[in-house]
Amino acid sequence: MRVAVVSLLAILFGLLAGGVLMAATGHNPFEGYRYLFEGGLKNPERIGNTIATGTPLIFTGLAVAFAFRTGLFNIGVAGQMLFGGLCATAVGLNLDAPRPILLLVMIAAAFLGGALWAVVPGFLKAKYNVHEVVSSIMMNWIAYWTVYYAVPAYFKGTYLETESQILPAAATLRDPFISGLFGGSYINMGLYIAVLAVIVVAFIMNKTTIGYELKAVGFNRHTAEYAGIAVNRSIVLSMAISGGLGGLGGMAQYAGNANNMQIGVLPSQGFDGIAVALLGASAPIGVMLAAVFFGLLYSGKGFMSAMTEVPPEIADSIIAIIIYFAATSILMERLVSWLIKRRKGQRSKPEEQQPAPPPGETSGKKEGLYDVEHH
Amino acid sequence: MEYIVEMLNIRKEFPGVVANDDITLQLRKGEIHALLGENGAGKSTLMSILFGMYQADRGVIKVDGKETKIANPNVANRLGIGMVHQHFKLVENFTVTENIMLGNEIGRFGMLDVKTAARKIEELSARYGLNVDPYAKIEDISVGMQQRVEIIKTLYRDANVLILDEPTAVLTPQEIAELQVILKNLVAEGKSIILITHKLKEIKAVADRCTVIRRGKTIGTVEVASTSEQKMAEMMVGRSVAFKVEKQASKPGETILKLDRLTVRNSKKVEGLKAFSLEVRAGEIVGIAGVEGNGQSELVEAITGLARVESGSILFKGDSIAELGIRQRIAKGIGHIPEDRQKRGLVLDYTLEENMIIENYYLPPFSKRGLLNKSFIRKYSEQILKSFDVRSGQGAVSIARSLSGGNQQKAIIGREIEQNPALLIAVQPTRGLDVGSIEYIHRRLIEHRDKGNAVLLVSLELDEILNVSDRIAVVNNGQLIGIVNASETNENEIGLMMAGVPAEEVQT
Amino acid sequence: MWNIIEQIFPYAVMYTIPLLITGLGGLFSERSGVVNIGLEGLMVVGAFTGALVTSMIHSAMPYHPAAVWIGLLAAFVSGVAFSLLHAFASINLSANQVISGTAINMLAAALTVFLARNITGSGKIQTQGLRSFDVPILSDIPVIGKLLFTKTYMTTWIVLLIVLLSAFVLGKTAFGLRLKACGEHPHAAEAAGINVRLMRYIGVMISGGLSALGGSIYIATISGEASGSVAGLGFLALAALIFGQWKPLGILAATLFFGFASTIANVSQVIPSLAVVPPILLKVFPYVVTLIALVLFSKSSRAPKAAGEAFDSGKR
Repeated sequence: MRVAVVSLLAILFGLLAGGVLMAATGHNPFEGYRYLFEGGLKNPERIGNTIATGTPLIFTGLAVAFAFRTGLFNIGVAGQMLFGGLCATAVGLNLDAPRPILLLVMIAAAFLGGALWAVVPGFLKAKYNVHEVVSSIMMNWIAYWTVYYAVPAYFKGTYLETESQILPAAATLRDPFISGLFGGSYINMGLYIAVLAVIVVAFIMNKTTIGYELKAVGFNRHTAEYAGIAVNRSIVLSMAISGGLGGLGGMAQYAGNANNMQIGVLPSQGFDGIAVALLGASAPIGVMLAAVFFGLLYSGKGFMSAMTEVPPEIADSIIAIIIYFAATSILMERLVSWLIKRRKGQRSKPEEQQPAPPPGETSGKKEGLYDVEHH
Repeated sequence: MEYIVEMLNIRKEFPGVVANDDITLQLRKGEIHALLGENGAGKSTLMSILFGMYQADRGVIKVDGKETKIANPNVANRLGIGMVHQHFKLVENFTVTENIMLGNEIGRFGMLDVKTAARKIEELSARYGLNVDPYAKIEDISVGMQQRVEIIKTLYRDANVLILDEPTAVLTPQEIAELQVILKNLVAEGKSIILITHKLKEIKAVADRCTVIRRGKTIGTVEVASTSEQKMAEMMVGRSVAFKVEKQASKPGETILKLDRLTVRNSKKVEGLKAFSLEVRAGEIVGIAGVEGNGQSELVEAITGLARVESGSILFKGDSIAELGIRQRIAKGIGHIPEDRQKRGLVLDYTLEENMIIENYYLPPFSKRGLLNKSFIRKYSEQILKSFDVRSGQGAVSIARSLSGGNQQKAIIGREIEQNPALLIAVQPTRGLDVGSIEYIHRRLIEHRDKGNAVLLVSLELDEILNVSDRIAVVNNGQLIGIVNASETNENEIGLMMAGVPAEEVQT
Repeated sequence: MWNIIEQIFPYAVMYTIPLLITGLGGLFSERSGVVNIGLEGLMVVGAFTGALVTSMIHSAMPYHPAAVWIGLLAAFVSGVAFSLLHAFASINLSANQVISGTAINMLAAALTVFLARNITGSGKIQTQGLRSFDVPILSDIPVIGKLLFTKTYMTTWIVLLIVLLSAFVLGKTAFGLRLKACGEHPHAAEAAGINVRLMRYIGVMISGGLSALGGSIYIATISGEASGSVAGLGFLALAALIFGQWKPLGILAATLFFGFASTIANVSQVIPSLAVVPPILLKVFPYVVTLIALVLFSKSSRAPKAAGEAFDSGKR
């Protein structure tokens, strides 16, 4: 419960800061927010778009959250999105098959592509103790350039050199039924997959031996090793699942919300996934809610920018500020403790369910980023 | 001015615990004053206050008769108080000189004058008999030399009062003897020393007076020469302490573990254990005695599967296990109470029940087809917590991190013993625990032995080895020096063997 | 062949310099114990501020020669200020330094475009940059003349000076010793009476200033337009920092390496003999080579031991 309050506070402060920013640059914050939320919620079509915008964020948030829970920091989701998206696009443009099969193969390709991209940092960490943050950042940029050169070389778009061929409608997740349900929005079947992913991830984390193993390794690889758990395999498996989820995010974005890929872009959804995971306290349901909230911000910013003079980047700024507050959650927690103390007039209990901390803060010893072997 | 340092009525509270409650300590000039207390009694906190790392909530500190406030280590240094920490505060890839002059650099315009500093260090080194190499890197020198570097750090800053925090925990018996000579040298040169320790023998060897603390309160200050170890132990613990453990003679049965010329490389690619041979039989406790770093870790890791075997064989109930993985060895019946309970023994962020099943979660009835059986796990854990007297805030769902050290250790021991391993390896099972927990754990180990199992006890505390073991194997520099019956030997003999003197020359 | 090298050398150097100064900034931060993933964001802030100030001065006093220099100075100051966010979060609030750094990156990108849009309406700020020149006399020296002293910028020499200064400060001064101690073993530093928090603040602020300087040099020499992104240069600088094993001269070598690779990738389309190498290989080369270095150095890495750990004062 504490955790939810902390997250809500971070959001509140983020929105407040956004308002201050708007006011400081000569805009009316109330007007700005009004159009922002209207833009995201005014009618079924907009609501559909909000959900659709949030769908890739559900995947990237799950990806980061899963990694967090298993002791790893997957900052490479953007690259996994790109590579997974590239694989799905390759299949979509080249495979001739009935739609259900085509989509299944594309989904598999996206998952495997993303998983493969994450397995590299996972393997390097398991075998050589190379910190996954640094290696994932490298992989992001390798993916960036891979897409940059692969798309014009193999999947060149008809009109622009900087984007890929448009996927045939059958090769996307578009579906008239759900679009119609939401007044013609671009919401698509990606949502179904996302909800399924949330359920599956929650199940794995809480009920299975695999989840137990991966969490154990994440919290303390030394004890896991002592107890006979295969640590290296677990680290690679964790990253693979996390990367696969990121790859699915790529599919949801490039074959769902959009129907092609742009080159020269490192998708921000990858990094937004970090904010989503933090706000959702690395719990699948929380991730889903946080993702939809961010979807709202992104989805509404266009309308806001059209109706007022507020630049659309306000949404990005608000999200960045929310991350900052989420990162400094100690401040939030102290605030919450102080508020509780005032209410109850007593000391707060020392043992509260702590949210899964970003890795490196467990196992009784703080791990440095470059964790050189101490002997 | 009789006292050079006085800490009067010191009170220090941390959230949830009063570490120091109205403590008074008075240090005479030129004396060696011991500060005795169990782990967790509040000794380190008190000395951290004296050294300026914490501020007292209440109380007065006087140096040379004048009341002062020691706001930070710099102030302490200026007052002539220096501290030699238990966990050395040395930067590993700096040289000795760089470490010593850190914070007190000599040089013009902010530049470093390494040569002058090194010369001063050499002078100090010669004067007090503290042999160090100013240009060596910390990561390359021995633990004993590192400690001497810490001592020189204080002398470099013209300390008159030296605080030593558990200085002998990491030293060989020789180095302990050398340190005791160094302490006497320092006192002869006019320094005064506070020695934080829980080792009664060492207090008897060097200290003039001793202040005993229990649970944050001063119990009393005594003249060491006229106070027995028994009396000091009673003051420390609050009741009469049995130094010997009650046990019956062992009735050894079949050979459970057989090591034949076992050789193991350590992480530095050096042979840490050389051609080690040993047998442990059912119904007996074999203790491994030795100074830290002489092959015990390699021995335990090879048996449990955490390290590879270079050559030689390990037979468990007659079967070779050197090729088996850790999980398989556990399944065969090898239990391991690890040396570092927080690093190896527990997942601190898991609940107690999640920790209790960490070795067998994958087996039925703990799980079926990949799904955990939560109700069975709960019952199983509660069983263990009850029968091993593990105290926690919320029972099986307590987060492991929230338990005290003693309860964490009991939980680990409960987990291991509950699986009834034919071979139980216990490494430093009572480190950092209070006397009550220590006695309890010793009793459970002997109980396990009496059920017909084999126990391998590895410990750095000689008393523990002598008390609990039936037979004692001494290791030095990776080699087996000798195996003796506990009842037929004593501390001196073991000490000599730990230093490398072969068994034949030692036994009379 | 040699001709080609002569031709591209100045460009490679031009490309190296922003990387170099940013990597150097990262060095100070990490050596003090604070990991700074936010170098990219700090570069963006510096790019924005430098471009803004320069163009503002230009619109008031066209072609004023000092405009760019004032812009660079303003960039440095803005970087120091912006980095305080990261410093405060990491040092006082013990936040996860990677997350804080990521927040800095995102915030910088969003905020600078936001402000730019308010000012120019397009989200980009164009500005006049520095002109390259040939050093008199020195550029006539055979071989190195053409390599080092033609088509060079003043900023290049300033940055090189800063590199030498940094190497000196880190290796030979008390300040350098203390800074390094904070990154290797902060408790030892604290026990020696050093104010670890202050040192880390200084480390982060230096990284902020230098990175921002790097960003604005990038605008002034290469790009000419601040658009809210520096194309991943900040991350490349981080890679160079690791590849250079946290030493100023190592970073110099690494960034030169990377600068060459990027330049060759950019010009390979134009110069036929280089077109043989697929440009993608050249573009990903720095990242791949850093991965390899991470593996090779994994056992003996000279990373500051305590980098990334929050400092808990007084903890034993």
